[in-house]
Amino acid sequence: MAKRAAPEVNAGSMADIAFLLLIFFLVTTTIAKDKGLLRSLPPIDDSIVEPPIIKQKNLFTVLINRNNQLLVEDEEMPLEDLRKAAIAFLDNGGGTNPAGESCDYCKGEKDESSSDHPEKAIISMKHDRETTYEKYMDVQNELVAAYNFLREREADRLYRKYYPEADKVFTAMLEEKEKNQFSKDEKLNERIETIKNLFPMKLSEAEPDKN
Amino acid sequence: MSKFRKKDKGEMPAISTASLPDIVFMLLFFFMVATVMRDSSLMIENKLPSADQVEKLKKDRTIFIYAGKPSSQYKQFGEEPRIQFNDAFIGLEDVQSSIYQGISEMNEELQSKVVVGLKIDKSTNAGLVSDIKQELRKANALKVMYIANTKKVE
Repeated sequence: MAKRAAPEVNAGSMADIAFLLLIFFLVTTTIAKDKGLLRSLPPIDDSIVEPPIIKQKNLFTVLINRNNQLLVEDEEMPLEDLRKAAIAFLDNGGGTNPAGESCDYCKGEKDESSSDHPEKAIISMKHDRETTYEKYMDVQNELVAAYNFLREREADRLYRKYYPEADKVFTAMLEEKEKNQFSKDEKLNERIETIKNLFPMKLSEAEPDKN
Repeated sequence: MSKFRKKDKGEMPAISTASLPDIVFMLLFFFMVATVMRDSSLMIENKLPSADQVEKLKKDRTIFIYAGKPSSQYKQFGEEPRIQFNDAFIGLEDVQSSIYQGISEMNEELQSKVVVGLKIDKSTNAGLVSDIKQELRKANALKVMYIANTKKVE
């Protein structure tokens, strides 16, 4: 008996169908690219606790008024100088931390009248209700940048040997942590914590006055 | 006759298009996986501020809140900045319940890691933002991300 060949299915239009689908998904795709500043809010605490006494010299006040002008430590300051001023304040290391150790990694001026230790230094920020969000973000960005600069410097000093190629050591460490989020690397986490503890981010925000 | 035959011999063989569907399918699957359907259309102006110290946002654990002036086709809502959640304007007092709703729609193991993404127009008053933050504190959603455009570091 003659072998009957199965008729071949014409697959010529397959590409057309696939293209149609492809174009549909191409058009509807928005690739996620949201980025931003991650901050934690303080939890609401109703218990009445005596607020700890903070020395004026350990407090770096940033005020933004309704005309988007900056008042830093009672002096008007352009936004461009804020980062430098914040770094100088955090890195001062004029005294000792709560445990009584002096800051041996600070490279600041060790000014008696400025902050004692990065662990004690607090940046306090207050804005008016009518400050624009853009200015508020600019200021936040500069303050976060000050912390990142100092952390980057310490990471470079302590862990450069593990990342000889990296442009920014701390960023490289965080990226590595991000990559290995499913296999926890205890050593890496410990190092990141060490850096963070050298310059803990103490950025407090006061509520604007209601008026 | 011989003329035609000669031509036949010199013709290039047709390029096989059999693998074209495969290639297209590959692309198709990539875009299918990468697609996020826009689920909330913005009813407000939303020009984000810019910052250079940005971190990446993990989409799976994020609830978005938008705020800004109503855009031109929603003029009837006035000029004052409004808060938008999903597809509707909400008042300040609804922020808490919206957050709870958003959390309950999320994956269970991510619910404790919720991040609230604030997409706020840059001309909005910071007072409104601090009001939203107060509500978030009451709802115990303490991680916020101020979403911003990336500014190049000079």
